[in-house]
Amino acid sequence: MPSLKDLKNRIASVKSTRKITKAMQMVAAAKLRRAQEAAENARPYAAQMEKVMSGLAASATGAANAPKLLVGSGADKVHLLVVMTAERGLCGGFNSSIVRLARLKAQNLIAEGKTVKILTVGRKGREQLKRDFADHFVGHVDLSEVKRIRYGNARDISQDIIARFEKGEFDVATIFFSRFKSVISQEPTAQQIIPAVFDEPEDVSTMYDYEPTEGEIMAELLPRGVATQIFAALLENGASEQGARMSAMDNATRNAGDMIDRLNLEYNRSRQAAITKELIEIISGAEAL
Amino acid sequence: MADTMQFDLVAPERRVASEKATSVVIPGFEGDLTAMPQHAPLITTLRPGLLEVFTESGSQKYIVTGGFAEITADAATVLAERSHPVEEVTQDMIDEMVAEARAAARDAHPDVVDAAARMLADMVAMGTHIGFEPQT
Repeated sequence: MPSLKDLKNRIASVKSTRKITKAMQMVAAAKLRRAQEAAENARPYAAQMEKVMSGLAASATGAANAPKLLVGSGADKVHLLVVMTAERGLCGGFNSSIVRLARLKAQNLIAEGKTVKILTVGRKGREQLKRDFADHFVGHVDLSEVKRIRYGNARDISQDIIARFEKGEFDVATIFFSRFKSVISQEPTAQQIIPAVFDEPEDVSTMYDYEPTEGEIMAELLPRGVATQIFAALLENGASEQGARMSAMDNATRNAGDMIDRLNLEYNRSRQAAITKELIEIISGAEAL
Repeated sequence: MADTMQFDLVAPERRVASEKATSVVIPGFEGDLTAMPQHAPLITTLRPGLLEVFTESGSQKYIVTGGFAEITADAATVLAERSHPVEEVTQDMIDEMVAEARAAARDAHPDVVDAAARMLADMVAMGTHIGFEPQT
């Protein structure tokens, strides 16, 4: 049976925890709005890019010297998994669910006898994957100093990946991130970026002139397409992270509230019990006289 | 015949402009070109330079760095890696872009060194054109 003082301390500590989680929830809510806006703003560019590229891809795929970024290196031996997670924890299952998806994929690939290489973006994913896949790590991108994801960050990552591809370090690259659906639902997603995959273009009736040639445009666009996809993934991830943190902190705040209620009840009960006990002692003392 | 077309200028981070334009001067890879309504469908890459949009109420200049433009009979869409209205451009921005291009030209693979050098020259020319001298 904890003493009254213990209970009081306990209540005070849970109350201050609640304050912290509440504050984190508010911060996440504000950041979420900004992150969502950023993701929203990036959408027109990505959509247009996708549209033009899928049109080009349809006509370029058959060509004899089609760019490797589009058709792949012809092999399917070495897979690069780019695992994008957050730099910070305390955001519910956000990091774990991305890592789980990546781990599953890695295990499947290894079981099929393929070579797996892992590039991590974000500290949390690296920590979680270190135990099982430390031998597979080929690099890490640290974004902990980055306050706001810029296109430049995505471009740097994609240049790194493309350089590796051109050196023949891998055949297929897949990015893992969390797609933002709503505050309470984020969907861990795997998306293949090299070789590029496109939906069938809906409208192929327009015949474009190309300046310079189709091939040169394609060669210039493909790296940019990779960067755009990574940028979109980073932004989706940012919004998901804040959404996950917000709901996790909301839960924590509510749990802390429940706990305070329970502790208060217990505190009041034991206080009353103590008073009653003292009264009984006084009365029986008086009677004994 | 329609006398305006939909003009969109988008950068990865935001939509810079979206309006009805009567004509657009685009710094295409092989030279400036003017897109007007009923232009034949064209996709071109961009070189760093100035893009000027004419609307019924006036004109507006933007700087764009690499990217590409898609022109159809009733729309012109420019996807630029970076883009700002000329008024927002500062000396620092130009310096940064020129420095970036210079670094790229220095580290360029022999196959693409010409392209990188050209990019740098275009970048410097763009700065000079709107009154910012590159600092060496």
